[in-house]
Parts: sequence; C-alpha cells; structure tokens
Amino acid sequence: MTSLLQAIGRRGAASPRELPRLRLPSWAVSWIQVGPLALILIVLFALPTVLFLVVSFFDYDRVGIYPAFMLDNYHDLLTTPATWRVYVSSLKFAFIVWAITLFLGFNVAYFLVFHIRTAMVRTVLFLLCAIPFWTSGIIRTIAWIPFLGRNGAFNQILMDLGITSKPLEFLLFSDFAVIVTYVHLFTLLMIGPIANSLAKIDPALMEAARDSGASRWQTMVNVVIPLSKTGIALGSILVFTQVMGDYFVVRQMSGGQSASIVSMLSTEIQAMQYPPASANAMVLVVFVAIMVACMMRVVDVRKELVN
Amino acid sequence: MLAGAPRATDGSRPWTFYALGGLFALFLLFLYGPMLVIYVLSFQGPNGGVTFPMVGVSLTWFQGILQAGQMANIPVAFERSIMLASVVSLLTVVFSVAAGLGFRRNFPGSGVIFYLAVASLVMPSLLVGFGIGLGFKFLGIDTGMFTSALGAQLTWTLPFGLFAMFAVVNRFNRAWEEAATDLGASAWQRLRHVTLPILLPGIIGVAMGAFTLSYDEYARTTLAIGPNNTLPLEIYALISSATSPTLFAIGTVTTAMSFLAIGVTLVVVLRMQRRRGLAAPKEG
Repeated sequence: MTSLLQAIGRRGAASPRELPRLRLPSWAVSWIQVGPLALILIVLFALPTVLFLVVSFFDYDRVGIYPAFMLDNYHDLLTTPATWRVYVSSLKFAFIVWAITLFLGFNVAYFLVFHIRTAMVRTVLFLLCAIPFWTSGIIRTIAWIPFLGRNGAFNQILMDLGITSKPLEFLLFSDFAVIVTYVHLFTLLMIGPIANSLAKIDPALMEAARDSGASRWQTMVNVVIPLSKTGIALGSILVFTQVMGDYFVVRQMSGGQSASIVSMLSTEIQAMQYPPASANAMVLVVFVAIMVACMMRVVDVRKELVN
Repeated sequence: MLAGAPRATDGSRPWTFYALGGLFALFLLFLYGPMLVIYVLSFQGPNGGVTFPMVGVSLTWFQGILQAGQMANIPVAFERSIMLASVVSLLTVVFSVAAGLGFRRNFPGSGVIFYLAVASLVMPSLLVGFGIGLGFKFLGIDTGMFTSALGAQLTWTLPFGLFAMFAVVNRFNRAWEEAATDLGASAWQRLRHVTLPILLPGIIGVAMGAFTLSYDEYARTTLAIGPNNTLPLEIYALISSATSPTLFAIGTVTTAMSFLAIGVTLVVVLRMQRRRGLAAPKEG
C-alpha cells in the first residue's frame, strides 16, 4: 500500500511527458510515417523496373516470351542506326527546349518574385501562368494545330500586319512546331522551382551587393544565380526528363518527320515484343538516370529540399 | 521591400521592370494565344471544322461531349476520371503529408527513400505503366482502374506530394509544436490542433495538385488501365480517329472548371486566413 502511494506520488511529481505512455524512438516514428509511401514506391515502381530489367534479357518470338539470359536485345537495339538517330534527335529537342524554358522560366520567376510588390498580385499572376497547366496536355498540344496551320490564326495575323504575303508553311508539322509545343507545355516546370528558390533569397543580400558597388549584372551573376541554383537544377531535371519521356507531342506535331524514343518503344509494346521493348526501356532509363545524376551533382538537391 | 535593382526615392521603376514586364506579357500571350483559339473554335457551327474560318456559331460540339459517340463515351470516361482522381488525391494527401512530417527527422534509410521518390518522378512515364502492366501479366492478374492504374498514378503523385510537403514543412516553425507539448498536449492533440491546421493551406495545395495530375495523366495510365478508359485516354482515342471541334469543347469546359476550382479554393483559403487572423492577430 505504501509502495503504491509512493509510486503515485512519484508519478505525480514527474513531468507529464514521462507518463507511462508508449514512447517509440524517433526513427521508428519516422518509419511509420514514411512507410506507406515507401512501400507503394517499392512495389509499384522499383519492382516493375527490376522486372523489365530481367525481361530485357529474355528470348521471344511471335507467340510468346521465354526466360533466358541473352544480350541480343541490347545488341540489336544498339546496332540499329534508327536508335542512334532517335536519341540524337531527342537530345537536340531536349537541349533547345531546356535553353528556352530556362531563359523564360528564370526571367518570369524573377519578375514575379522581385518586381511584383504585393503578394496578392503575385499570386494572381502566378495562377495565370499555372491555369493552362490544368488543361490536358493532349488538348494543349492540338491547340497549336489551328493556331499554326496554313490558314491558322498566326498566319492570318502575319498577313494582316503585312509581314508576309503568303502563309508560312514551316510553322506546323515540323521541328519548329514540336519545340513550340514543348515550351508551351513545360515552361511552368521551370518557373515553379526557380521562383521557390528566388523567394528564399534575403533581399538584404542584394542590397548589400549593391551597396558594395556591384552592378545589376554583377549582383545577378554573383548573388542571385548562385543562390537559385537548386531551383534551376530541379527545373532542368523536370524539363529534361519530360522531353526525353514524351511520345505524344513528337508524334502529333512533327507530321511523322521525327520520332521519339518512347514512341519507338510503344510501337514494340503494341506488337507484344516485350523483351526488345524492355531493353529499349532499360537503355533509356540508364541514360536519363546518368543525366539526372550529373545535374544533381551540381547541387545537393536533397540537402536543399529537406533541410 | 524586395528590391532587385536600385529604386529611386520617387518610387519609379528601373528599366529592368519594364523589360521583364514586357517579357512576362509576351509569355502570357504565348501561353493563352492557342488556348483562346480553341475556346473560340469550340463554338464552331455544325458544319465547321477544326480550323478557321468559323462556319456560324453553335453549341453543337458541347452537346457532342454529352452524347456517347461511337469512338468515345465522354461522360462515362469523365465520371471515371473524377472517381480515380479523387481516390488518388486522398491517398496522396494522407501518405505524403505523413511522409513529409516523417522526413523532418533524420532516420536510417531516408536517403534511399528520397532517391526512390526522385527516380519515380523522373522515370519516363510510359515505362512505369509498362512495368506495372508487365508485372500484372506475370502474376496473372487483370489490369484495372483501381488496381494497376491507381498504382501507376500514385508513383507520380506521391513524389510530387512529398516534394510539395518539403516546401510546406520547411516554412513551418517547430516552436508551435514545442509550445503545444509544453502546455500538456498529447501527440495526437498536437497533430490535430496545431500541426495540421497550420499546414492546411499547403495540404489543400497537395490535394488539388494530385487531383489534376491524376485527372490529366495519360502516359503512365495507358498501359495499366485495363478495359475502361479514363478521360485523357478517351480524348487520345478521339484524336487518333477523327479530329472534331468536340475536342476543343472539352478543352473549353476543362478550363472553365479549372477556373471555378481555383476560384473556390482561393475563397476558402482567404476565408481561412481571415478567420485565423481574427483568432490570432499575430501569426509567425
């Protein structure tokens, strides 16, 4: 009895946090919180990726696929000139689109973050940039067809202004149309991360640079750009991987003149040629992974994001 | 306040303001130009086509959305898309908010999970669906909307939700939680009455983002959907068969709905902020 009273007394004296409650170590709490997300990514992303790595070594014929370990699928893929052509053409698109979206995205983000003084106007302008993103990418792609076509709105405007006397033909179903569509679809992916980085810059730093006699350009190169490189890297990764993974825009807008890696791959999938399709997929995944890893070397994205 | 360039005392703007403002205006024109064309063309007369000129004005193509056509059944596909997007959005919010909170501590394995999420986000989309479709084939399970397609979309929305939560959680001041604990709140009370209400605007953002990502998702879903198409897949089927202004009408309706959804969310968030402003005039 006395010992019980003593126990109660002791308990009362202790701080409320030490009540007999189940206390998990903090890492275990984190695991429980992160667990469901991790499980889904492992089962639905990591395992299927391992699966098509395995299938890429399989044998196949017109009837089915057979477990094997052969490198023929890779050999066939890498010795076909068409593969190299498609990779070169996709890389070309990716590079051009990256340069344009970086220029546009950085300047738009800079304008929104540093030149717009009221938060409300900034939010409205940012939403104006984001709203087209809510419309299906497929519809936004074909929206360019009546705009760029021979009798399209753009040609009409040019002729009404007297800039050209007859409609420009190269606008639609060309590399030009593909690039315009990509830029239209993906610039927001650049604006978002860069604006996020820019918003974290303490304006006092820029004033300090100016007070120390830096010109506008020097402040930009030595202060703003280094401090926004996380956003630039993230935006670049998003734009690059979207272009490399695209198979709708090129097919629709190039008028059959160009192919993309994934459209080549989807033709094989439709023909049920899973092993070569898997090999093709594996090469693309490794390629994209290397490029992304290079971009992530520039900046420790994880440290910047998670803190 | 925020100064990107020297600011004269009379409040006049530096030349860079006008240069960037001009660029921004051109960008908006570029963004909305083709969209405006499809909004106009969606009111094309019944005999008109997918390009100019307009042959009269009608609502024919909007009615076309509601009718089940030979090639595509838009209303049913729309209903499916909304259902799938709602489920995806709910699961994304629950799992990514929990994970976002979990990532505030350093724990063994956090690096692996982080890079798994990055990889899942940057993986060419069609390949994710391909892998899942292949997996289901090997297991002998039929692909379906609420199994394989749901999973394929989660590999896209969960990393998005997680990264969005990083941005939200970074701005969260942990002193609030410590104060709650010091005042005797249990872990559950702290989460329910302190952490979640403060994070709510961000959480709504994640929910809306996940919803639209799922609603528009095409490349991950197409090889994992099974027999029933969602709206983007149905639109794709329409494009490959015949282009008609119905596609533009769908675009117009989608945009109108986006504006509506954004408007409603803005009003809700503003109200929430005002109410919070009344309850606690000083907010850090």
